[in-house]
Amino acid sequence: MADLEQFRADARAWLDEHCPPTRRQLREGETAPAWGSPEFDAQIEGWKREICERGWSAPTWPRECGGAGLSPEEAKVLAQEMARIRAVPPIGGFGMYLLAPVLLEFANDDQKKRFLPDIANGRVDWCQGYSEPGAGSDLAGLQTRAVLDGDEYVIDGSKIWTTSAHLADWIFCLVRTDPDASKHEGISFILFDMKSPGVSVSPIQLISGQSDFCQIFFDGVRAKAENLVGVKNGGWTIAKRLLQHERSGLSGMMGGAAPSRKRKSGKRPLPNFHSMADLAAPYLGRDAEGRLADPFLRDGIVGVEMDNLCFGLTMKRSSDGAKEGQEVGHTVSMSKYYASELNKRRQELLVSVMGTQALGWEGEGFSATELAQTRGWLRSKGNSIEGGTSEIQLNVIAKRVLGLPD
Amino acid sequence: MSMILNDEQRMLQKTAREFVAEHAPVAHLRELRDEGDATGFSRGLWKQMAELGWAGIALPEVYGGSELGYAELGVVFEECGRTLAPTPLLSTVVLGAEVLLRAGSEPQQAELLPGVCSGDGILALAFQEAGRFAPYRVATKVTATADGHRLDGEKCFVVDGHVADRLIVVARSSGGEAERDGLSLFLVDPAAPGVEITRTIMADSRNAARVVFDGVTVGEEATLGRVGAAADTLDAVFDRATLALCAEMLGLASEAFERTVAYLKTREQFGAKIGSFQALKHRAATMFCDLELARSITLDGLRAIDEGREELPSLVSAAKARLADTAALVTCEAIQMHGGIGMTDEEEIGFFLKRARTAELFLGDATYHRDRFARLQGF
Ligand SMILES: Cc1cc2nc3c(=O)[nH]c(=O)nc-3n(C[C@H](O)[C@H](O)[C@H](O)COP(=O)(O)OP(=O)(O)OC[C@H]3O[C@@H](n4cnc5c(N)ncnc54)[C@H](O)[C@@H]3O)c2cc1C
Repeated sequence: MADLEQFRADARAWLDEHCPPTRRQLREGETAPAWGSPEFDAQIEGWKREICERGWSAPTWPRECGGAGLSPEEAKVLAQEMARIRAVPPIGGFGMYLLAPVLLEFANDDQKKRFLPDIANGRVDWCQGYSEPGAGSDLAGLQTRAVLDGDEYVIDGSKIWTTSAHLADWIFCLVRTDPDASKHEGISFILFDMKSPGVSVSPIQLISGQSDFCQIFFDGVRAKAENLVGVKNGGWTIAKRLLQHERSGLSGMMGGAAPSRKRKSGKRPLPNFHSMADLAAPYLGRDAEGRLADPFLRDGIVGVEMDNLCFGLTMKRSSDGAKEGQEVGHTVSMSKYYASELNKRRQELLVSVMGTQALGWEGEGFSATELAQTRGWLRSKGNSIEGGTSEIQLNVIAKRVLGLPD
Repeated sequence: MSMILNDEQRMLQKTAREFVAEHAPVAHLRELRDEGDATGFSRGLWKQMAELGWAGIALPEVYGGSELGYAELGVVFEECGRTLAPTPLLSTVVLGAEVLLRAGSEPQQAELLPGVCSGDGILALAFQEAGRFAPYRVATKVTATADGHRLDGEKCFVVDGHVADRLIVVARSSGGEAERDGLSLFLVDPAAPGVEITRTIMADSRNAARVVFDGVTVGEEATLGRVGAAADTLDAVFDRATLALCAEMLGLASEAFERTVAYLKTREQFGAKIGSFQALKHRAATMFCDLELARSITLDGLRAIDEGREELPSLVSAAKARLADTAALVTCEAIQMHGGIGMTDEEEIGFFLKRARTAELFLGDATYHRDRFARLQGF
């Protein structure tokens, strides 16, 4: 363990020196450059470059794949040290969180060496080509065809709701390689360049006004056969595994926090624990005893805060269980379902709290928080659709966890 | 502390589950009810449970306990909850013993705690005076006498009140009706002149009594802690008892849920298992999620007691609110999904609903605890 403590000291010293103010919690008396200023951008770029060079954007991956080859124990220490100063992970996105875990598990060595370093360094942005106009919840019903022609597959079809497809460099895509097999058995998992001839992308506007998802059309797109991951027609296994990573990632983003311990001193253990009560107080006012003045909304807020607490503890329990080698796969659907529904409740409640101030679309008369609330409320409706709908998560729990019959 | 049971706790869980399944299944509660058993639980069985170490699990070794903690005591409560086993765990081991540990003098502890650990002594805390939990709403009056105190008032829902060897009474020595200050605690012999105890028969077939104090006099040695300053003790005791009760509710709700899922897999209508109907599947899956959250908050709360964490009161309220809601949901859905048979006394599922509702209201329901949580969090 002495080595581990040495590693901790080294990591701490390195982070202290290299992590710039914009990418961590500010120190006493420190200031950071303004958002969007050249200096701000330079800090972000510099941090990304330096930490990636060290392999710490993907600490446990092998060196030849862009990682640092750290042991799980060392990676944990590094994560603790980053959390200690609230350092922002340098690389995120579909590549890091969804694709990389399945490449590490299913790809051959050549594929790992070709694709992982660019993910670790954030050089390539990926998008997820799963859903199609005719295949959403029933994902295995997908119809995009891939036909082998020499050492390439020729791909025809369309994907829809593909988040950030218009910005992506590459796509990981589910395609049908055997139209005669049963629907789960004719699917393959393939990677190709979004700049390939025959790929066209048209953005779709969301109810929230953002247009970060797209429909993609494939017209005779040629993808190298060597970029098919795993075995041909065996893509469904990979597809499902990736969905597990997606679902746990989504639920991590939407909920779970420890309770405030030190209300009186105004300090809380978690920086991201935005108490809804603090947000609500200016709108609802407080009564003589300091309670939020609207008893019904107050009750709703307590309910959400408590459920958030219980949910956070459930995530902790699941990770404690995983550490002890327990099978915790079943918690993925539960947490995806619960976190989505909880976030929708939270957003609805915040709109009720702020009233019509939370329904401003743009321009004068609203604070930035209020305008963001409008968009956030609308965007939250997608939580229970993306990554598998709430109904589908409940189906999975009923079948896989409770063993209820079809 | 990990939220996963360690090896010893798992052993304890296994022993407890097997013991109650064999000796105190739901049929045992039914039998006590149908026979109109005067005690309301089996003294012989309680003695055996004490011999297994359950009574003294969290109590000091000097009094015969094993000085483990609430993480362990919670395991026992949960398993007893699964079969609705009637025991004096809550009245004696938690409410009674915790008051003694916090407010009792050394001689008071030495007199009563060994009996708690051995399963020979039963205690009852008499605090409640109306249907809804209101910890400081105490009208029972104390007046000083030449050599002690005189008590006058009336208590309801005193758990195990009719079989207690000693009553611990919360009374008001000063202050207004619902004031936190001015509460005091006294040990009272149930056989003392002026004490009148009537057992009340509850829907859940568990023990409760109405106790009237009419000019009951006690000596100075009967005072527990400082006169007028009982609220701190009571807060801590209620927090612990509430979490123990949550563990019991977790057990009963888990059991009711598992029985219901099993029924969904066997009962057939329209030529199919009713568990294949999505209207029922989704409700079952939702309950599964709610139970997972209930388990997490209960386990964390119990560990917070053992670790002396300062956010304990918030966790207690979050736990009781969640368990109250979840146990109500699960037991109501259990009846609905059983259909007509769920309404019969012969089918055991109804026992779970009755106990859930009683446990929900005891020590504060969801509304009470949501309000308390908000206050504790400053809103
Ligand atoms: C914000 C957002 C981002 C997304 N990003 C991506 C992306 O990057 N890549 C990608 O591939 N996809 C993406 N999706 C697509 C998403 O995965 C699908 O929308 C989702 O799987 C549902 O499919 P669908 O839209 O076809 O709805 P449908 O499957 O048609 O569902 C319609 C309704 O029917 C219900 N339903 C369907 N089947 C059942 C059943 N068996 N039992 C009960 N109810 C059922 C559904 O729950 C839903 O309520 C995104 C979606 C959103 C909202």
